[in-house]
Amino acid sequence: MGEEEGLRQAQLLDTMFVRGLKRKCFDGEEDIEGTLAGFKAIPSYNLQRQSLLDMSLVKLQLCHMLVEPNLCRSVLIANTVRQIQEEMTQDGTWQMINTQNAGHASLDRLVSTDILCRSSREQTEAKHSPGYSTFPKDFEETQSQDSSEIMSAVSSGQAPRNLQSNMWEMESPQENRGNFQKSLDQIFETLENKSPNSVEDLFSEVDSSYYDLDTMLTGMMSNTKMGHCDVLETFPSQTTTNSNSNCKSDLNELDHIVEILVES
Amino acid sequence: MSVFSHFFSPADIISTVEFNHTGELLATGDKGGRVVIFQREPESKNEPYNQGEYNVYSTFQSHEPEFDYLKSLEIEEKINKIKWLPQQNAAHSLLSTNDKTIKLWKITERDKRPEGYNLKDEEGKLKDLSTVTSLQVPVLKPMDLMVEVTPRRIFANGHTYHVNSISVNSDCETYMSADDLRINLWHLAITDRSFNIVDIKPANMEDLTEVITASEFHPHHCNLFVYSSSKGSLRLCDMRASALCDKHSKLYEEPEDPSNRSFFSEIISSVSDVKFSHSGRYMLTRDYLTVKVWDLNMETKPVETYQVHDYLRSKLCSLYENDCIFDKFECAWNGSDSVIMTGAYNNFFRMFDRNTKRDVTLEASRESSKPRAILKPRRVCVGGKRRKDDISVDSLDFMKKILHTAWHPTENIIAIAATNNLYIFQDKVNSEMH
Repeated sequence: MGEEEGLRQAQLLDTMFVRGLKRKCFDGEEDIEGTLAGFKAIPSYNLQRQSLLDMSLVKLQLCHMLVEPNLCRSVLIANTVRQIQEEMTQDGTWQMINTQNAGHASLDRLVSTDILCRSSREQTEAKHSPGYSTFPKDFEETQSQDSSEIMSAVSSGQAPRNLQSNMWEMESPQENRGNFQKSLDQIFETLENKSPNSVEDLFSEVDSSYYDLDTMLTGMMSNTKMGHCDVLETFPSQTTTNSNSNCKSDLNELDHIVEILVES
Repeated sequence: MSVFSHFFSPADIISTVEFNHTGELLATGDKGGRVVIFQREPESKNEPYNQGEYNVYSTFQSHEPEFDYLKSLEIEEKINKIKWLPQQNAAHSLLSTNDKTIKLWKITERDKRPEGYNLKDEEGKLKDLSTVTSLQVPVLKPMDLMVEVTPRRIFANGHTYHVNSISVNSDCETYMSADDLRINLWHLAITDRSFNIVDIKPANMEDLTEVITASEFHPHHCNLFVYSSSKGSLRLCDMRASALCDKHSKLYEEPEDPSNRSFFSEIISSVSDVKFSHSGRYMLTRDYLTVKVWDLNMETKPVETYQVHDYLRSKLCSLYENDCIFDKFECAWNGSDSVIMTGAYNNFFRMFDRNTKRDVTLEASRESSKPRAILKPRRVCVGGKRRKDDISVDSLDFMKKILHTAWHPTENIIAIAATNNLYIFQDKVNSEMH
């Protein structure tokens, strides 16, 4: 049953994204399959756009595994994210969502997923500032929640003006900058050829991210699952419930890798 | 059209296919870092049906997996591209590359062996000199053909990012290698340095919005090359203009169709492959849904656009979700530049005749092709009337993708890589597509 629902959602999303129409353009559009589908699409456009944004953000994280991520793919996804953000900013929906959901999302769910950022400094910061939260730890979990909750977590009550500013700007860690801004920055930083200044740097880079195994494993497992999806199969909202059990089995593999790294 | 198919099964997924300049040899590279070279059997009157068949000529391990300890990342051994050098003597040479390192391989044949040494006996042991009473001249005796492949050059440490293209210059002395952000010019004999001729890396990586996706030298003008970008543009560069070709000589870009705009517009406009025509007059590009022919003299728009699988336009979000939207399909010209070919999903590949404007969809699969069988045109139906044998869009297998195809330089022979199978189709009846 869940699959059917996912299928319908994906199809709805496909229909809606055929021409990327904004809400106001929906009236009188003939290529929407059936007026019913078109009618349904109107109120959920924002939600679906939000889903696309979340999907993109997860993709940016998940692309980092043992092999260097495909830069072209990362850049294209990042551009898509920026496009959505720009549109949401113009729409005013960005601010609207922020003010609507002043409540704080449960921080248990939200763990710093600095897979890409190997700086232990930033890791510590993320843990110490309660308002500063990053990506949902488990994408599938949060997808089932109201997506607007995710948005509030993303901005953590920070004034929207920071998010509306040039999203590529690096802001100081003290401010609650938008986490996907930060993550996008991180992505391109880590894709650069970084040579550590000292041995300590090298090990500090290794330490944090690899010991954040749960997070990365969840990501890895999700990525594998997605990779094998058929086209109109499970939309991300359908939980891959077996992903957590698979996580543990990969712990040994990562331990092994960490051993190699520490020894070298 | 009468064809026959003959397929082989390398253990791994084929990642590149390339004919040499005469079409006598066909090289494939795979995900495991191996290169397999096929050779065309010379035609003989005795076995008319076996003429022109390709058989395995040589197999060798080109690249091995590596581990970059500094970045804690694996470097895949997958062969991204193979390019043949024009043959200058009895040996054949090719360049093969993975993400980081390009290698020059020399392929030689040995079919004679010297016998009758003075100092060594038949097994190679040194003779007792007291038994040597006369001198003899060693003679060459025939032996079973042995194909030897040796690495002659290794061009390493030239690229920070992943190499996506290599292209040999028409001067036969230099070649270029392109990664996501830079293009280097190498001399085939010099491995310890290369010239950087294109660099689009921004000062601040956070400003990165565009990468290089493919590049190629002009077939005749050794100073010209083209590179394509993830934003759908082509840049023709002239190496005579300046040492660093960041400023293009010509920029080929088609303005976006506002009625088709969506969040996926940029992704589907990203050019996955660019190929000069044999004449050097045109360029062929492949983006996610179309192939386009560009005239070098017209920068504003392509002269021809062909829809490969427009029925996917309404499925872009699902294809984004499962990452298929990032698949990089290649494209190819036939020898006379009259037909273009590209792969698609469900093991389908498409051919477009530029003159008649007719197109055909064919399938590369064991089930539908037997040796010497005629390939049956396939059709994808989008809804509405459905004929027998039509495939509906929803039942396309997106895991069966034909990314790599190659066309013989002069004849109607095509090589299609379908995951880990290689299909070779020949047109026996006519030399022209009809």
